[in-house]
Amino acid sequence: MPAIEMTNAAPLPADWRDLVALTKPRVMSLVVFTGLCGWLAAPALPPLVLGFSAILCIALAAGACGALNQWYEVEVDAKMRRTAKRPLPAGRMERQTALHFGVGLGVFSVLLMGLAANWLAAGLLAASILFYVLIYTIWLKPRTAQNIVIGGAAGAFPPLVGWVAATGHVAPLPLMLFAIIFLWTPPHFWALSLFVRSDYAAAGIPMLPVVAGVPNTRRQIFLYSLPMAAAAVAPWPLGLTGRVYGLSATILSLVFVALAARVLANRATEPAAMAPEKKLFAYSVFYLFALFTVLIVDRWLPQ
Amino acid sequence: MIPEDEVIRRQRERARITAWLLGAFVVLLFFITIAKTGINW
Repeated sequence: MPAIEMTNAAPLPADWRDLVALTKPRVMSLVVFTGLCGWLAAPALPPLVLGFSAILCIALAAGACGALNQWYEVEVDAKMRRTAKRPLPAGRMERQTALHFGVGLGVFSVLLMGLAANWLAAGLLAASILFYVLIYTIWLKPRTAQNIVIGGAAGAFPPLVGWVAATGHVAPLPLMLFAIIFLWTPPHFWALSLFVRSDYAAAGIPMLPVVAGVPNTRRQIFLYSLPMAAAAVAPWPLGLTGRVYGLSATILSLVFVALAARVLANRATEPAAMAPEKKLFAYSVFYLFALFTVLIVDRWLPQ
Repeated sequence: MIPEDEVIRRQRERARITAWLLGAFVVLLFFITIAKTGINW
């Protein structure tokens, strides 16, 4: 843990807007969406209020992860342009407030999930928080260029948690959804890290472009996009989804691989000339939203 | 130097939001209990 002394010994009480910012609302939206899709993909749905509570718990758990991540990385965030204006590095909040807020949100989300859904979903939710904070943020991220590869598992939990909250058990389809997000995470984050690599280098985070170089990162992005595409299409031939999902996933994944191939072909090293990388990053977010949307459309279409 | 008025304003604002959230939580717990016990209205 980095040794950090609070420079603002007795600041104002934290503004509620800063507490909201601590939860990384934009990241939370993707987490909530995939969790909701996991819940909606379940074969039989429990009462709406229980579903709402389960999704609320997933959102609160994501918020807890964001808060604890910012609590731990305050020194790193202060060194990066992208994160320097966050409440903690900007000195608008005491570090301990973020810790209490994050732990409180996390414990509350797990207990509420146990009460509203079931304790298997609550256990998975607790595991996802602990994995994100302990395994990814504290252990892997500052130490290895493979941080995103293993850490991607943390972001892959929500659809699994959503499904288990609805059904009470694990099944092949939510495990496939877990695999899709797990394999999607490296190309998504590596595309971003290519054009903000100077930020990561300045902060001393061993992201792949910083440690292994730009051409190697481009090769890895392309290589990871292939099993990701295979995992995205796989539920169709496995009989877990219908044709609507299968055909849509095939087209969406082919576009992803084509964009990854353009990244592979790019030779530029300056962020200003990294249009293919920026395009892949933007598309990767759209890809996940679109893929999970067609999964739900496919699930609810009359057979 | 921290202006006392601003401290009080922020404390009151946070207290108000906390009260609303606690109220919403009680209502949510009520409906969760209804749903879990399978009571039909």
